[in-house]
Amino acid sequence: MAKLRFEIVTAERAVYSDEVDIVIAPGIEGQLGILPSHAPLLTMLQPGELVVRKEGEETAIFVSGGFLEVMQNRVTVLADVAERAEEIDIARAEEAKRRAEEQLKERPLEMDLAAAEAALRRSLVRLKIAERRKKRPGSGGAQGL
Amino acid sequence: MPTIREIRRRVRSVQSTAKITRAMEMVAASKMRRAQERTLAARPYAEKMRQVLADLAAQRRSGEEIHPLLVKRSVNRIAIIHITPDRGLCGGLVANVNRSVASFILEQRVPVTIVVIGRKGRDFMVRSGQEVRAEFTRLGDRPSIVDVLPIARIVIDDYTDGLIDEVYLSYTQFVTTMSQRPVLWRLLPIEPAAIEPGRNVDYIYEPSPDEVLAELLPRFVEMGLYHAILEAIASEQSARMVAMRNATDNANELIEDLTLTYNKARQEMITKELLDITGGAAALV
Repeated sequence: MAKLRFEIVTAERAVYSDEVDIVIAPGIEGQLGILPSHAPLLTMLQPGELVVRKEGEETAIFVSGGFLEVMQNRVTVLADVAERAEEIDIARAEEAKRRAEEQLKERPLEMDLAAAEAALRRSLVRLKIAERRKKRPGSGGAQGL
Repeated sequence: MPTIREIRRRVRSVQSTAKITRAMEMVAASKMRRAQERTLAARPYAEKMRQVLADLAAQRRSGEEIHPLLVKRSVNRIAIIHITPDRGLCGGLVANVNRSVASFILEQRVPVTIVVIGRKGRDFMVRSGQEVRAEFTRLGDRPSIVDVLPIARIVIDDYTDGLIDEVYLSYTQFVTTMSQRPVLWRLLPIEPAAIEPGRNVDYIYEPSPDEVLAELLPRFVEMGLYHAILEAIASEQSARMVAMRNATDNANELIEDLTLTYNKARQEMITKELLDITGGAAALV
């Protein structure tokens, strides 16, 4: 079967690049799976987990938002921030989660509710990806760049 | 004629200067390499973004309302983001980039607002009495995109509020290790590149072309700014490396000269002493 040429880049570096079978991405309008021969597409992303599968092996990547482009079996993600599962700083994510929850509970006047909610969501996704990787040591994507 | 002891002291002092400049050269060389790598690493993202933007802009039909960051309007006030190093000792780099921006300001018929990055540029602007909207110093040698966001925020907000009608970037472009060029180009309003012929792709846009564009444009500005800062850092470090190498070479040359003078003076003294001894001996006979 044809493969997808997958690439994820941020303003600072190329995070991952490989030939893969399927890309599952957190699109702004919902989770979407991309197989080879997909129609040209340009979508915004929401914070979430992006999964690529290659020969049965899955790699999870955290993205905080950005864009995904599909064109002629090439999938390019322009991410604001992207981290592979093994790169996630669990302690920092825990801390961010705690802080966001506190803010949402106390609701100080000058606080930006939407920002706190977004921060909470980002930390939860990060933790989820990191957790899953811990349960299945050895997998979770050590290949790539 | 300086005494032998004075010359020896000079040599020692020049030697320690040479040691310092040599160390600075090596530090700058390694920072330069890293800055270059980062500039290269940022390139794929910038390329892709330019391409997507061109595709999106080509989608527009005339008559539709365009996004504020793309609108050209009559110019009543411009802003310049002036990027300079925090530190000196990098040859003519600071003077060159400041001169370039100064002559650009003089050409303008409309008032100019300055947003300045780096201490050297800040000092220059304050000295020449320019109106400074904001200053950002101590970004360091390895700024991340997050450090750049507040700077982009200021100009985007001022631009959308109509306080300024054009935004320019002034910085030093890294050409080669030996040559860095001050450049100045317009950041806002954004001019999308023309799409390559035969690349007219009919995308499915989610949620919609307009919304994707509205998300993309501010990021494009941030990216342009970030890239300029990386170029400026690579330039600064390579200019410093070359300046420090010259300083080291000059110091070594000076040491050679001084050593020669020292040896001459020493020999002269010995000769004089010998003459005194022989003269004294002759007087005794």
